Amino acid sequence: MTRLSLLIAVPALLAAQGLDPSELVKPLGSTDNWPIYGGDYSGKRYSSLKQINKETVKDLSLAWSARLVTGSQDSKAGSNLVVGGIGEMEATASANVKGSILAVDGTLYVSAPDNAWALDARDGHELWHYVWKTRGGTHIGNRGLGMWHNRLYMETPDDVLLCLDAKTGKEIWRKELVDFDLQYFSTAAPIVVGNHILVGTGNDLDAPGMLQSFDPETGNVQWKFYAVPMRKGDSGLESWANLDAARHGGGNMWVPGAYDPESHLYYVGTGNPTPAYTTGTRGEGDNLYTCSVVAINVDTGKLAWYYQTSPHDTHDWDSAQTPVIFDAPINGRMRKLVMQAARNGYAFTLDRLTGEFIASSKFGETANWSKGINAKGQPVRDPGKDFDAGGALVSPANQGVTNWPPPAFNPETGLLYVPSIDAYAMYYLTETDPRGAMGLGGKEEISLGTVRSYISAIDYKTAKVVWRHVYPTPGGNLGNGMLTTGGGLLFAGDVAGNIVGYDATTGKPLWHSYLGSNISNAPETYRVDRLQYLLVAAGDTLYAFVLN
Amino acid sequence: MKREIKIAATLLAGLLASSAAAQQSNSGPPRGFDRGPVAAFPARPKAPADVLARGKAAYDTNCASCHGADARGGERGGNNLLRSDITMKDSDGSLLRQFLLNPTGAEHTGVREGPQKFDLSAQQAADISAYIRNFPLSSRDPGRMRPPTIVVGDAKAGEAYFGAKCGSCHSATGDLKGVAARISDARTLQQTWLMPILPGRAGGARAAAHPVTVTVTQPDGTKVEGTLGRIDDFIVTLTEADGTNRSFRRDGDVPKVELHDPMQQHRDLLSVYTDRDIHNVTAYLATLK
Repeated sequence: MTRLSLLIAVPALLAAQGLDPSELVKPLGSTDNWPIYGGDYSGKRYSSLKQINKETVKDLSLAWSARLVTGSQDSKAGSNLVVGGIGEMEATASANVKGSILAVDGTLYVSAPDNAWALDARDGHELWHYVWKTRGGTHIGNRGLGMWHNRLYMETPDDVLLCLDAKTGKEIWRKELVDFDLQYFSTAAPIVVGNHILVGTGNDLDAPGMLQSFDPETGNVQWKFYAVPMRKGDSGLESWANLDAARHGGGNMWVPGAYDPESHLYYVGTGNPTPAYTTGTRGEGDNLYTCSVVAINVDTGKLAWYYQTSPHDTHDWDSAQTPVIFDAPINGRMRKLVMQAARNGYAFTLDRLTGEFIASSKFGETANWSKGINAKGQPVRDPGKDFDAGGALVSPANQGVTNWPPPAFNPETGLLYVPSIDAYAMYYLTETDPRGAMGLGGKEEISLGTVRSYISAIDYKTAKVVWRHVYPTPGGNLGNGMLTTGGGLLFAGDVAGNIVGYDATTGKPLWHSYLGSNISNAPETYRVDRLQYLLVAAGDTLYAFVLN
Repeated sequence: MKREIKIAATLLAGLLASSAAAQQSNSGPPRGFDRGPVAAFPARPKAPADVLARGKAAYDTNCASCHGADARGGERGGNNLLRSDITMKDSDGSLLRQFLLNPTGAEHTGVREGPQKFDLSAQQAADISAYIRNFPLSSRDPGRMRPPTIVVGDAKAGEAYFGAKCGSCHSATGDLKGVAARISDARTLQQTWLMPILPGRAGGARAAAHPVTVTVTQPDGTKVEGTLGRIDDFIVTLTEADGTNRSFRRDGDVPKVELHDPMQQHRDLLSVYTDRDIHNVTAYLATLK
């Protein structure tokens, strides 16, 4: 089916309202909106908006800030409070915005676990607030909402997909994503592609990670994709000890991917194999298709190709990081490319139609777990660095060289900007049972601290680091992601509580504002009243900047 | 992602603590308002002792030889039942009973072909299911068969390495005399000598005693020195010896800022050690009692 026919299939009445899915195909900056997790389908987080640019950025200052309060206890005057739920509890955690904020036609849609808000994009005042009463699940973060016409979609930590009315916050329907007793929890941002809502669900206890496609109107499941073999005869099964191992092999798709409207392929990074550390049950094979970039046909849910960026991972370093797609020359010929900078400290450039390897390189300088790169461009694991009864000194530490905070790619500089950390930890074996442990068990990891925190700027042609912007002291957070613009700028949080605008070519800081607490999501940009805003969250507070 | 989970767990513990504190004061949440910390995956309700006893007997007779006495899988190829879809969903034994009547199809993940069929009574199935579900289930599966010690190195080789790499700053008869008596747990000893100071952790007190210091040289050549407060690309703050707090705007390399981190050599050595070096040095230091 062509993209056009997909769009024609949308009912005409609905198509006239809200966010038409065809808007999502437009490059970020060609409209005023930030309508999807990555701004557009490419994952580049590159906006062509350039009112804020290298010359004007010095005049950027605060337009408004807005503090978000979770739960139904605190309702704001003029705001519509909606309470739903499947459990009896409201979690007490304060809002921590760790995902993307949608900006559509002058309204912002924001999320934190169990909570969604609509705010006016001009001054941040609250329009409605949805609160979900929970039955549990790991409340670690929510990566954002998806939007289709006048509907919003949100995953809850206790595995429900919610469909909300974007105008009022009222619930339209809810669907259980998976049996909660299997200890899944759901954090990802739903991705809208035509008449598909793509929803990732994960867990930490050996269950298979899944990506499901839902009908945006009815909530019916269209297809399910598992990153591991689930039946006899499935491809990749030979890379596991047996079917039981494969079906408990993880591969959670924690973070949204990128989409190519021409090929209908959705590119998503898969999580680590499980049990994460002990291989007693999963065997010594590559454990396909964990720790991979996978290309999935959105019409069928079938795998088109895969490239494994961490064969047989043994450190819980998922490859869930958002792949970034773009067209650019390689050896003088235009190519359709996909890039990923993985948690294991290696970056990859691939052909996005075939998965053909083009380049890879280590960007985490202290990463010491690999013996080198093989002919296919993959890092080769050093089993001596898995863990040890006496302790194995391993870099990176568990959080990896990078993690969910998204990278950005600027087509003008040809650079992929990746938030990066060099840290060490000792990994001690705590389970000698040859059957190993379940989940994240079997080892204890004790930190030796962070050596360095920095932005890596990586050349897509070679996947090699061109420059690093190193912060004066190391910090534990990743500044929480990147934004780059047609104004020649790169925006990111640093590790000290600043939001910073850099020259995208050189990494030189040109502007900053100290917010006093760590930036918790990747900066974004949108436009209302012909004004370009820079929007960022620091925990429970949003800050919007304009040129004044 | 999962690194954050640890932070979340800590936060949860903090919330529990603050919730307990709130209950002892009058400033807690209003009565009847159902708001509090959320257990991600609460422990399953415990079955009565007689059910568990019957379940164990039936499990040991029918299941243990293939699936292991602890239901984590056996040498004859039975799979781990603790993490099986069927037992995790099965609150009353009905799913188990149904499966065992015809154990084939996609749900059958046994390593061997030709799985056993069992025609269990509803009560037998409920008992066995309750028994299997009584084993604790956690994604942070605790170690059951831990190695007896972390001291696996050669003390003599460690002494030589210590002399060559550490001897310029440290001495077995000076600052490290009796270190293994002061830090009796070998793993703590190892972590401590690798990185004596980790702010915010157990080394916090040592961090206060050995702070990072900073020298700021202003364009006119004036130097200001003190204990580092914080530094980013735009500001550096410090406390001078007399307690005066100072802060300086930074613009690129102006003013000149030099950090003196007492842990820098320890940090630099992390890319130098082999695991064997580390194990040997720990074996040596463990003799300094």
